[in-house]
Amino acid sequence: MNLPNGWEMVVGLEVHTELLTRSKLFCGCANHFGAEPNTNVCPVCLGLPGSLPVLNEDAVELAMRIGMALHCTIAPSTFHRKNYFYPDQSKDYQITQYDLPINSAGYLDLPDGSRVSIERAHMEEDTGKSTHLGGSGRLAGADRSLVDYNRCGVPLVEIVSGPDIRSSAQARDYASELRGILIATGASDGRLEEGSMRFDANVSVRKANDPLGTRCEIKNLNSLRSLQRAIEFEALRQVELLEDGGTVRQETRHWDEGLGETSTLRVKEDADDYRYFRDPDLVELSPDQAWQDRVRAALPPMPAERRAKLTARLVNPVPAQLDAVEVVIDLGLEPYVNAAIDAGADPALAIARAANELAGGLDDIAKLTSAAFTTTVLLEQAGELSSTQAKTVLSELLANGGDPKAIAAAKGFEQLSSDSLGATVASLIEANPDEWSRYRDGDEKLAQFFIGQVMKLTKGQANGKAVIAELQTRR
Amino acid sequence: MSSPLTRDEVAYVAKLARLRLSDEELTTFTSQLGQVLEHAADMSTLDLAGVVATAHPFGLVNVLRDDVIRPSLDRDVVLAMAPEADDGRFAVPSILGEAP
Amino acid sequence: MRSALAIAADVREGVLSAATTTATALGAIHARNEELNVFLHVDDEAALALAASIDDRIARGEVLGPLAGVPIAIKDNLCQTGVPTTCSSKILDGWRPPYNATVIDRLLAAGAVPVGKTNLDEFAMGSSTENSAFGPTRNPLDPTRVPGGSSGGSAAAVAADMTPLSIGSDTGGSIRQPAALCGIVGMKPTYGLVSRYGLIAFASSLDQIGPFAKTVADAALLLEVLAGHDPMDSTSLREPSPSLLSHVDDGVAGKRIGIVKELYEGADESVIEAVMGAVAVLREAGATIVELSIPELRLGLSAYYLIAPAEASSNLARFDGVRFGLRVDAPDVTAMMEATRTAGFGAEVKRRIMLGTYALSAGYFDAYYGQALKVRTLTIDAFARAYREVDVLIGATTPGVAFEFGTKTKDPMAMYLNDVFTIPTNLAGDPAVSVPFGTGEAGLPIGVQLLGPGRSEAQLFAAARVLEIADGRS
Repeated sequence: MNLPNGWEMVVGLEVHTELLTRSKLFCGCANHFGAEPNTNVCPVCLGLPGSLPVLNEDAVELAMRIGMALHCTIAPSTFHRKNYFYPDQSKDYQITQYDLPINSAGYLDLPDGSRVSIERAHMEEDTGKSTHLGGSGRLAGADRSLVDYNRCGVPLVEIVSGPDIRSSAQARDYASELRGILIATGASDGRLEEGSMRFDANVSVRKANDPLGTRCEIKNLNSLRSLQRAIEFEALRQVELLEDGGTVRQETRHWDEGLGETSTLRVKEDADDYRYFRDPDLVELSPDQAWQDRVRAALPPMPAERRAKLTARLVNPVPAQLDAVEVVIDLGLEPYVNAAIDAGADPALAIARAANELAGGLDDIAKLTSAAFTTTVLLEQAGELSSTQAKTVLSELLANGGDPKAIAAAKGFEQLSSDSLGATVASLIEANPDEWSRYRDGDEKLAQFFIGQVMKLTKGQANGKAVIAELQTRR
Repeated sequence: MSSPLTRDEVAYVAKLARLRLSDEELTTFTSQLGQVLEHAADMSTLDLAGVVATAHPFGLVNVLRDDVIRPSLDRDVVLAMAPEADDGRFAVPSILGEAP
Repeated sequence: MRSALAIAADVREGVLSAATTTATALGAIHARNEELNVFLHVDDEAALALAASIDDRIARGEVLGPLAGVPIAIKDNLCQTGVPTTCSSKILDGWRPPYNATVIDRLLAAGAVPVGKTNLDEFAMGSSTENSAFGPTRNPLDPTRVPGGSSGGSAAAVAADMTPLSIGSDTGGSIRQPAALCGIVGMKPTYGLVSRYGLIAFASSLDQIGPFAKTVADAALLLEVLAGHDPMDSTSLREPSPSLLSHVDDGVAGKRIGIVKELYEGADESVIEAVMGAVAVLREAGATIVELSIPELRLGLSAYYLIAPAEASSNLARFDGVRFGLRVDAPDVTAMMEATRTAGFGAEVKRRIMLGTYALSAGYFDAYYGQALKVRTLTIDAFARAYREVDVLIGATTPGVAFEFGTKTKDPMAMYLNDVFTIPTNLAGDPAVSVPFGTGEAGLPIGVQLLGPGRSEAQLFAAARVLEIADGRS
């Protein structure tokens, strides 16, 4: 989407991700989504008087993995207090990192070749969750709120990009690629719908080469789609405002998915005075070289590298195949694909089957063994299964597990070899010259006639698509 | 002698600290806080450009705990402390603004 | 009252039961608590039940800890499960913590019998215990005078022979100063020696829990029980509890002791005399005395009165009426927080929160808080230089003896000046002990202060013991 009249948008993203630790950042309460309210709380995360924080070693490890995956500099860091009053903030201050974050000065390369700088990826604690009663369940108009502190103290890493993004599509790509990286490091499960990953977008507009315009922050976007739509809306809103002679007010805005628009949440008239100071209850964090080396050595390959490796197994890939590669990597399916290719499967076929057939059955993926996938693809490749039959077998494997050959036998699949199908179709064409010439002249309905005849002759074993393909080659 | 800080500043700080001061208290506090800050002026004349703030007096670094789950508090105990609770959660009057 | 060491020995040998020692303490408490307002909360039943269980275990042949059967008073800013803990503030009136401070666990493991929670200046902010929301504590030696603060109640409990031991907290002198004014021994240990987990925070980088006792040996015994690494406190020193009691009679022969000008000038004549008298005793006992000047110490007061309130303003933000304690209702949550905090905090607490908030606020951070942190480094370095020349420093604990109620409450600065000799050690994180030595105006006791580098408590107790013997009290 391009802005009119030579305007360009300037976007920076702040992404918060919860870390996949067992316990919270500063206490031993379970880090577990979906528990009964206020059952994973203790004096520390409840902010009871006298409690003190102690840093979770695994959270530091995961934060370093994220930093390394984003090519950041890992440096000695400190924790600061960000002081503000709010009911979901149990101490009425958040422990975060301020001028000395653990990770800084990194970058992220996108599939389109563009690079987005990463200013910092620092550690901080999450807040509790409030539900609002009265009104429509949203904050405005509520007359009471109820607070659950289960999430309070859960470890977060906040990743702040430079203002390098120039389109809503690029923003979406950045968010998607970052999500893939966070999942690949094992630091996050990337579950946007559960809120374990959240986006804030800073959007401003300007004419090319002008200085940066006033920016607005859009908070808490929780899907890639709403991220993209919100940025588009906001950029256009600002352009229209400026072209009308107005000025953009620096403020925080809320995206309404239903209405498809952003609206004012809070005007930043006087910047909130957070009175940051170093938290005296915590000491400096300085991971030694040996620890950093261990983390670096154990870092798994990132999506970009994995895509490149799988793409390299294709010969002259076309765009659709590259898309399929992306799906395979995104869904972590390449172990299946690589094993099949190693056993002799055609890379394009293996990738296609994984991207198309397995994508929908991820919840059951454990039931499908790598061997079963390989066998199925090889059967299709050898012509012993039609593509439709292969897809059916895979679907059955996902539902109930099992052995591909046994499933095929049980379903009575015996694919006609393409030679015998061709011979059958040829003989039917000879036997039905009128129908054949009407089909040749363009009467598509007759395809069904021929399919029916083929099915009669082969007792239902033929693959309808294969029949059509044969008819078309002979047209 | 004028105070190093103004009445308006004191009022702003009170708001930041969620304290409501009466007019009289505003006046008294402006004067009292001013005295303490004036006393602190003996520090402001020092050139401490090269001096670095100390974190821990005995240089402790890297204090970490293993990522193990420890027992949480019983919810009944937690809610028993609450000035107001409802449906397993802490109840508060309406929140007027979004969190920062 | 018998010393804690003697009581513990008697209980261990079966000469005395824990039930008896506890009943005696409770009797002494009830005899004078109405007059002196030492304790905010006493639970006779619970204390006697605990004592009974200790007696049972001894009867069964169990070997218990070094404080078995010894009654002890706890400053009311320490969390004790199910026991009202108020910090002498209306904002926590009625609050019962659901957990124990680590020091409480250690005391219980040692067999001690906590008998009640003692009065303090609200949230430990003060030097006289006049800032308590529940009335001041009176000095047992002269009830028209203050016991000092903020740990006035804990000091009075021991001075009044209610309990042989008590614990307090010291951020700018809140153990040492009341110890001096009440004529007992009080120590602030090395920062990080005693876990702060469960101590309701005033200034996190300065607070330390420490012992009050009538004798140096008792104080050493108690500190051994309290001290040692705690994984629940990130600022806790890594080493286990040091050996202190066995060094109490080490003496000071061969030690170099520095008498610091900035730690007594401006004090009352009688106080300076007492300090000089103490110096003479130490010289007699074989120490070499050196005269020192550490000018950086003069900046301590200013730095402290920016650092401590700044940290306090953040530590006290959690008192907002949401999760525990007082709530004053209002139509929206911000108004509720304001109303709750306004009604719940006393004037001195509000003053310090305001001062701290200001010192941290945008535009003022570098000039005030930032600058104070640098002065703190200067103080640390200055002490470190001094300790390359000497082993121990000596000075006064307070400028004068216990003062009368209401004499320093009009002007906050006047009250703050009480801490001028004690504050520097809090800034440095080093230990210091106040030991009674001599008397001043109206025969009231004077405390002499001994200071040492980090983890030098053993030699401080040894020097204090020499003075204790010379002072003829033990």
